[in-house]
Amino acid sequence: MTVIELSILAGSAFLLGIIALWKRKSPAQLRHLPALACLSHLLGLSVEDGTRLHVSLGNGSLLNPHGASALAGLAMLRHITERTSVSDKPPLASTGDPLFGILAQDTLQAGYQAVAANELYSHTTGRITGLSPFGYAAGAMNISQDEDVSGTILIGHFGSEAALLADSSERANIAMIGASDNLVGQAVLFANSQDVLIGEDLFSAGAYLGAGVSHLASLTLQDILRWLIILVLLGGAAAKFIGII
Amino acid sequence: MRVITIFIAILSGFAVLGGYFLGGFFPVLKDIQAQILNAAITLMGVAALTGIFNLISVHTEKIRQGKKGGVYSALLIISLVLTFLLGIILRPEHIAMIAVMNSVIIPVEGALMGILTISLLYAAIRLLRRRVDVLSLSFLITTIIVLFTLSLPFGDPPLLGDIARWWSQIFALGGIRGILIGVALGSLTTGLRVLFGADRPYGGR
Repeated sequence: MTVIELSILAGSAFLLGIIALWKRKSPAQLRHLPALACLSHLLGLSVEDGTRLHVSLGNGSLLNPHGASALAGLAMLRHITERTSVSDKPPLASTGDPLFGILAQDTLQAGYQAVAANELYSHTTGRITGLSPFGYAAGAMNISQDEDVSGTILIGHFGSEAALLADSSERANIAMIGASDNLVGQAVLFANSQDVLIGEDLFSAGAYLGAGVSHLASLTLQDILRWLIILVLLGGAAAKFIGII
Repeated sequence: MRVITIFIAILSGFAVLGGYFLGGFFPVLKDIQAQILNAAITLMGVAALTGIFNLISVHTEKIRQGKKGGVYSALLIISLVLTFLLGIILRPEHIAMIAVMNSVIIPVEGALMGILTISLLYAAIRLLRRRVDVLSLSFLITTIIVLFTLSLPFGDPPLLGDIARWWSQIFALGGIRGILIGVALGSLTTGLRVLFGADRPYGGR
């Protein structure tokens, strides 16, 4: 089993490198995702209005598999910070995991440094609002209502507590985009928000926001691997049907 | 400095992976992996402390600036400091600390669960007003069919029960697996980007 896992990892890493080199030369063609189109609109609106965006990274931990979705959220946060650094109000990031709290602060600072506006960075813009899912949601709910926020972006690991955040955004009449790696969270966000990213769309945000070639290469690699899995599943079903396995 | 942080991050990532995949052949890799993970857990504890200071600093600023909800911020800081000091002096196993847990934290989380139920019900009602498309309709109809046919107190209705079970076990389960495979692939590629330093959520610019 370990050999198969190692082969998948090594093969994926190799393919990612090759595709990244190839993507440098060929332009990207991405399908339309309404939620990410709405995000670009929100970015522009927050700069024009002098309001801020709240990026909520969920309560996934770096020490478990749920951390990947929050890492995707950090890539988005970095891009949002760079794009809105000229705004009167900087974006806010909230998380329920201490390590991601530090990383969010670092990402926000890096975003300001990238546009040579380091003096505008404040460490209180990256917040750890609670360490349990509901504690985190209770803390993050206040941000949408009290901090002059015009858009909330939930991207990370959220369970049913996402409904509380969505409800607080709705009450404050704030636009919301939601993405979670958790099935319950996705169902809750689908019912609660206007624009939602389902499944692996969460990980494609960076590519859509122009975060770099590696994000585009990731998308292509995901497509290749998905087709491989589909072929393996169909092959397995056919083999089972004709009695080979 | 930036190069050093990237180097440490990539090296740690490869060391942990090495311990996972090759630990059986080279036991030293397993030891290195354990050391790195232990260090990460310790760092997480320290990060939790810095997180608490961050929380205090955010709410102190809120009180200082006289922002809306400053009273709640003051309450939060007082409760936090009191609980923290009590926890250090009495230890978390003390009856007073258990009482704080049982009489404050658990009921508050329970209350939030109650609010969540109402929020979800309200969201289901709003769904059709907000987004009338095939996806929303199928989401709502499936939920209603599955809820009302598989949760009846007198057992499943003959035909409808079979359809609902078939629907939830074939279509819904297939969809769930599809979404989970997508999420797993996304996690894999995100992990690879971080592992190779293409995404660096650390070390500044």
